[in-house]
Amino acid sequence: MNEKGKTLSIFTLLVYFFLIAPLVIIALTAFGESEFLKFPPESFSIRWFVNAFQTEMFISTFIISLKVAVISTFLALLMGIPASYIISRGNFKHKRLIESFFLSPVLIPQIVFGFSLFNFLIIKLKLPVFSSLLIGHTIFIIPYIIRVISANLENFDYEIEEAAVIFGASPLKTFFIIVLPNISSGVIASFILAFINSFNNVPISVFLTGPGISTLPIQMMSYVEYYFDPTVAALSVLLMLMTTVLMFIIERSLGLNYFVEN
Amino acid sequence: MSFLSLENLTVAYGKNVVLEDFNLSINKGEFVSLLGPSGCGKTTTLRSIAGFVKAQKGKIMFKNQDFTEVPVHKKHFGFVFQNYALFPHLNVFDNVAFGLKMQKTVEAEIKKRVEEIIELVGLSGFLKRYPAELSGGQQQRVALARALVIEPDLLLLDEPLSNLDAKLRVEMRVEIRNIQQKLGLTTVYVTHDQEECFSISDRVVVMKDGEIEQLDSPEKIYRKPETEFVADFVGFENFFDLFQEGDHFKTSKDQLFKVSSADLDDNLDKFRASIRPDDIEITLAGGEQKENTIIGEIKISTFLGEKYQYNVETEYGEFVVNAATEKRVENNKKVNLYFPEDKIILVREE
Repeated sequence: MNEKGKTLSIFTLLVYFFLIAPLVIIALTAFGESEFLKFPPESFSIRWFVNAFQTEMFISTFIISLKVAVISTFLALLMGIPASYIISRGNFKHKRLIESFFLSPVLIPQIVFGFSLFNFLIIKLKLPVFSSLLIGHTIFIIPYIIRVISANLENFDYEIEEAAVIFGASPLKTFFIIVLPNISSGVIASFILAFINSFNNVPISVFLTGPGISTLPIQMMSYVEYYFDPTVAALSVLLMLMTTVLMFIIERSLGLNYFVEN
Repeated sequence: MSFLSLENLTVAYGKNVVLEDFNLSINKGEFVSLLGPSGCGKTTTLRSIAGFVKAQKGKIMFKNQDFTEVPVHKKHFGFVFQNYALFPHLNVFDNVAFGLKMQKTVEAEIKKRVEEIIELVGLSGFLKRYPAELSGGQQQRVALARALVIEPDLLLLDEPLSNLDAKLRVEMRVEIRNIQQKLGLTTVYVTHDQEECFSISDRVVVMKDGEIEQLDSPEKIYRKPETEFVADFVGFENFFDLFQEGDHFKTSKDQLFKVSSADLDDNLDKFRASIRPDDIEITLAGGEQKENTIIGEIKISTFLGEKYQYNVETEYGEFVVNAATEKRVENNKKVNLYFPEDKIILVREE
């Protein structure tokens, strides 16, 4: 290995170290015995995992987070797939402008976005907390869906749709039997990506949650304010595990290169 | 009444008008090719017939019915795309069966007809393969089979052979012609390849800038092009002016020229005369000067293998001459160029 290669690999190792070390520390402390977060732990147990599962508010907020993530992802797919289709296939003025408009929610700082939603949905329209959460999350994750599915559609030759139509399939039928099966990997990947983003979101949820209804990440934050035991560390490990499994599915269905290239 | 006719068809992409008041009639069972350089509107014409492109104006009549507004999926046409456009998620059998399934043909009938056509294009044994697992030539056969199996009322092909290598191209065009004749399919074929087009068609439409330059049999197009563009396109590289005076022709320098094939029916007195590089006879200058001969000087000589090509400078401009001489005639030599009267054609000026 030459000099340059050596320096590069040292840097790579350092980057990996800073990325992974905090996660490793959290994972290890989660298995600690003591009442306080302590690294390295003196003895090991799984009591904080048990505690996490026994704490009612974690279970109930987990279910709310899950509901919000699943429903808002479905809603976002329902709007995002047709929108992506029209953006990538349509031929109209200001196409790029409309595309940017759909992608804009990720460009606005989430705090700002959350605050404005709070003003509009909760204060002005007086919507219930759960609906506000759903709406906020749906808008926030649509860009992820449009991004992935548009890229998928760009790679899908429009002539193939023309072929289906000339051989007797109506345009609508063509969408369901030709287009959808060929972008299914993108649909799965965008579903998971949107799900993860909704499930883990704090800055928007923090404005839209209210008395009685909270999401798991918000609950974890307020828990840390009062208790300093490793329960949150244990939960973090579980969440990491969930994300890893989901990312693994994306990798299998699309390949992570996909996101790097696009 | 013709089988398919385009009447005053006007097609534009935004401000770019591709076809304007375009007219074309095709008879039943005929194989017609649209030939021309890229951008001449041939593909647009084909796509308008299919209905992929909407015309701003004009009508498409098919079997005496107005087909202009008939939705694409109800036309029962076959189309072979340049890039094949096979369905990537379906195997060969399902790709070919697609059209029949859309027509709600019964399962047993589908199986029988698909297997027949697959056999015809020589792909038996590939039924379970996916498009990505096939070579270009095989994909092309699947695309062809998919279009043929529905026994379309009209078969449209958009440069279907342009992605294949030369040998396969010749094989496939013979195959396409055979199947077309066997099934008696009315066919419109788009290509920019002259030889391919001549070998396969009953009639050829030479197009330029969205207009028909000439519509004739391949032989007629090759031997008797009517315009300078068509002549140039089929290999008449040399052009000069001839003026008609009574029953003979004169050059711009008043030299007499005999032309035996002067059957152009226009009442013009000025023509563009044209001749192929192979048909000019080149000899060293000197001796008695025959009629139909121009004196020139060799500027460039190129060895082409079986012959030499000379660029000869004359008072009428430069001429390209191919000569199968044994030895190269040196540059700057004075030569006589003889134009046999039966090899000269007269075309309309651009």
